[in-house]
Amino acid sequence: MRRLFVKRGRPFSALEPPELKNPERELSHFRRRLIAATALIVLGFAGLVGRFVYLQLFQHQHYQTLAESNRIAIVPIVPNRGVITDRNGVVLAQSYSAYTLEVTPSRVKNLDETIDELAKLVDIQLRDRKRFRRLLEETKNFESLPLRTRLSDEEVARFAVNRYRFPGVEIKARLFRQYPFGEIASHVIGYIGRINDRDVERIDEWDETANYKGSDYIGKVGLELSYERELHGTTGVEEVEVDAGGRAVRTLSRTAPTSGNNLRLSLDIKLQQAIEAAFGDRRGALVAIDPANGEVLAFVSKPGFDPNLFVEGIDPASWDALNDSPDKPLLNRPLRGAYPPGSTIKPFLALSALTSGKRTATQTIFDPGFFQIAGSAHRFNDDKKGGHGTVDMTKSIIVSCDTYYYMLGADSDIDVTHDFLAQFGYGGKTGIDIEGELPGVLPSRAWKRERFAGKNYREEHRKWYLGDSVSAGIGQGYNAFTPVQQAEAIATIANDGVAFRPHLVRSIENVKTGAVRDIAPELRHTVAVKPEHLAVVKNALIGVAREGTGARAFVGAQYVSAGKTGTSQLFSLKGEKYSAGHIDERLRDHAWYLAYAPAAHPRIALAVLVENGGFGAQAAAPIARAVFDYYLLGRAPAAASGEAPHPADDESD
Amino acid sequence: MRNFLALVGRIWEILARRVDNFLMASALAIVGVGLVTLFSASDQNMARVSSQALSLGFALVLMWIVANVAPQQLVRAAVPLYAASVLLLVAVALGGTMVNGSRRWLNLGIGRFQPSELMKIALPLMLAWYFQKREARLAFGDFIVAAVLIALPVWLIKREPDLGTALMIGASGFYVLYLAGLSWKIMLGLAAAAGAAAPLVWPHLHDYQQERILTFIDPARDPLGAGYHSAQASIALGSGGVIGKGWLNGTQTHLDFLPERHTDFIFAVFGEEFGLIGNTVLLLLYLLLIGRALMITANASTLFTRLLAGAITLMFFTYAFVNMAMVSGLLPIVGVPLPLVSYGGTALVSLFVGLGILMNVQANRKLVKT
Repeated sequence: MRRLFVKRGRPFSALEPPELKNPERELSHFRRRLIAATALIVLGFAGLVGRFVYLQLFQHQHYQTLAESNRIAIVPIVPNRGVITDRNGVVLAQSYSAYTLEVTPSRVKNLDETIDELAKLVDIQLRDRKRFRRLLEETKNFESLPLRTRLSDEEVARFAVNRYRFPGVEIKARLFRQYPFGEIASHVIGYIGRINDRDVERIDEWDETANYKGSDYIGKVGLELSYERELHGTTGVEEVEVDAGGRAVRTLSRTAPTSGNNLRLSLDIKLQQAIEAAFGDRRGALVAIDPANGEVLAFVSKPGFDPNLFVEGIDPASWDALNDSPDKPLLNRPLRGAYPPGSTIKPFLALSALTSGKRTATQTIFDPGFFQIAGSAHRFNDDKKGGHGTVDMTKSIIVSCDTYYYMLGADSDIDVTHDFLAQFGYGGKTGIDIEGELPGVLPSRAWKRERFAGKNYREEHRKWYLGDSVSAGIGQGYNAFTPVQQAEAIATIANDGVAFRPHLVRSIENVKTGAVRDIAPELRHTVAVKPEHLAVVKNALIGVAREGTGARAFVGAQYVSAGKTGTSQLFSLKGEKYSAGHIDERLRDHAWYLAYAPAAHPRIALAVLVENGGFGAQAAAPIARAVFDYYLLGRAPAAASGEAPHPADDESD
Repeated sequence: MRNFLALVGRIWEILARRVDNFLMASALAIVGVGLVTLFSASDQNMARVSSQALSLGFALVLMWIVANVAPQQLVRAAVPLYAASVLLLVAVALGGTMVNGSRRWLNLGIGRFQPSELMKIALPLMLAWYFQKREARLAFGDFIVAAVLIALPVWLIKREPDLGTALMIGASGFYVLYLAGLSWKIMLGLAAAAGAAAPLVWPHLHDYQQERILTFIDPARDPLGAGYHSAQASIALGSGGVIGKGWLNGTQTHLDFLPERHTDFIFAVFGEEFGLIGNTVLLLLYLLLIGRALMITANASTLFTRLLAGAITLMFFTYAFVNMAMVSGLLPIVGVPLPLVSYGGTALVSLFVGLGILMNVQANRKLVKT
């Protein structure tokens, strides 16, 4: 067996007596083993040296880069969003800094447990959890998401002490958007919200992806949307050294962000407030424009909504309430609500007739109370039973005689009328500086052909009939205009045919340099119209407010105003007498009033629409009166005429 | 005054009499490197450095005592020490303190103590004693006995679990067998058997152990998981370059990218801050220490001292090599500290006791002659 334990040389016989052991041989054998071990040691250390040379000499560059990218993080610094003020500098939208509790889901092992633990330190409501869950579903895991916003100082302190227990949870200072006036002017200002996939595409199109690194919010609606690129500012960059946990240890370099530009609107928030108060609970829209330059002085859409609800993501209950309401508070009525203009179209048609030569100012017709197309039994009824008798152009506007315009419609070529009216902005976008404007409908033969081009329609649907022209003569039929278009059109009349693009932003201030860029009035179009023709119509409009359909609202006014009432039918009367008291409130007619004042040198032109308000004279004109009183005389309107008007049958429109 | 100087001189003579200057100098140089690196690795925490220095003082006293006892005392201590170590390991298994999921420590009231460290000395001592006793009549059965003596503590430590230390203890036992003259054929046979058994052992390894081995084979497998430590250690060394980033300037170290940076991975800290030059100097110091230990072993007078000194020397090399190879990515990650450098009192004490044994062997090389 001994053989097993010797390395080399003659093997010992198993029978060899143990006492013949040779110490010398033993020792040399041991030393050989030791030398073999020494060789192994040298080899091992040589291997290590080789590895060190490889890592530290040959691969140094590679690992150097890895170490650098390990330790340096580029952190974007979000710029301050620009402030929005009204024309007098009253703040309508601003940003403020507040602490939020943020969680990076990928770095938290058990989210629910962590949130439960956090709830012991910081007040976390069920809706905070719900909102967090929703954000979690929408975003990638490695983003840090707000769990609670607007922490109190005490809560910040309490968390700071316990921070070590919560890896992946941090307190961050974030900028919040606030709209101090809430519902007032909400459709103008709009709101911001968290950037979603569609916004990312938009940012990509602008080639601004780098500038939005770190930005969580973007304009969604209103001016916040249309002036997003002015308001956002330039993102700054901070190069920080981070530890293995990703926490910043120190700053290496910093490029400060540039705050977004401030917007100063032409809107007067006090006027806006007064108007919204005048509307009371009624639905509708009002757009007031300075005719001399296109500045929008008031832009009302009732009802409104509180934009503050949207900034942090609206809760489902509030959203459902807004979205499902029959009052449609989210609809921007001045911009996107298209309503039949009713009788408000008459002064424009009169001007068109004067220009085309179809009528002169003094030419009269006889109004028996209805109009019939030759060879047809159908009667187009006048509002006034028995008719207005002998009517010239001026009287046709003052008393809003339907028969005059039925006849004019029948005599006119719709395409000629279309081309003339289009000059006022009808049937196309006025170019107001809020996104989402609708063009409305200004009918023509080509329009009808296009509109009914679908396979479901036949040729007779596409053809233009005389009856269409007659309906169009009193602003019913296919005509549908937005309040912005109406305001722009009446401002164009007020400004003697010179139309400026309506705009809400008056000037843009660069916060860094202090430079203020004024938005110059932009000439949109000059209507081809003779001054004497204009004078006829303008005089008639003054007559409306003095002795005509609008007179009642302007009793005792200390200025001369001009206007035109209108009622747009929602409900087909089929020849029956309209009796507002007997039909559903929501099926009542919409009330219009277009006006400007002072009549000689107009400073303000406006269009008011009161949905289901009944007669324009009764529902809409008093609001116009209140606006003029406030704007021209500085007089606060008397207590809002909030009660629903009582339509009187005897009053004509 | 002269008398005082003479007294001091006399005391110094007694203190230094059996201390091997060469061994002592190289060991203290390595410890010095360790303390300097520890200061940096612990983010300039002087408390940690002083705690290690205190352990060093204790270790030096123990070393001196071991160096000065009569060689027969070492022989006599072998069996009781081994028995005590095994008992302590059993005690750990029954009532040890859990740290990081492993039961490796015994709480002694004054501090924690790792019995496996004691076994590092006790096992070679026991085996050397056994082979010395059986010197004249060595037979195959003796190797079986030796194998059992090795297997018992290895099994106990492996189930703590502490695979790294178990492997190291096993290696120390194996070195005694090797130096005692175990046939190459058997060693190769054992190696072959181990290779063949690997697929059988694999399912019995813990998940994290399997993970470490898989990661070693393919480091890109899971760069943020099991491969993270290894990758970060390589980055630390590699980014250190030739001259290093300078003391206290290692970014990998100070930004928390390195795990276990004052214990098992302290070499990565050293390599990052002192570079290739520092690494080479440290290797050289180890080589000096091990070279001197090999000389002492070669000159040892009895089979007992030869086997004991040889096993201690080879263990020293094995620890240093395995740790540095692991940190630099040549070996999978096993929990092995860098001798004399890594933070840890028990390891430092057992290493200096080992040095004390070597010094004892050196001092008695001619006194006992067979």
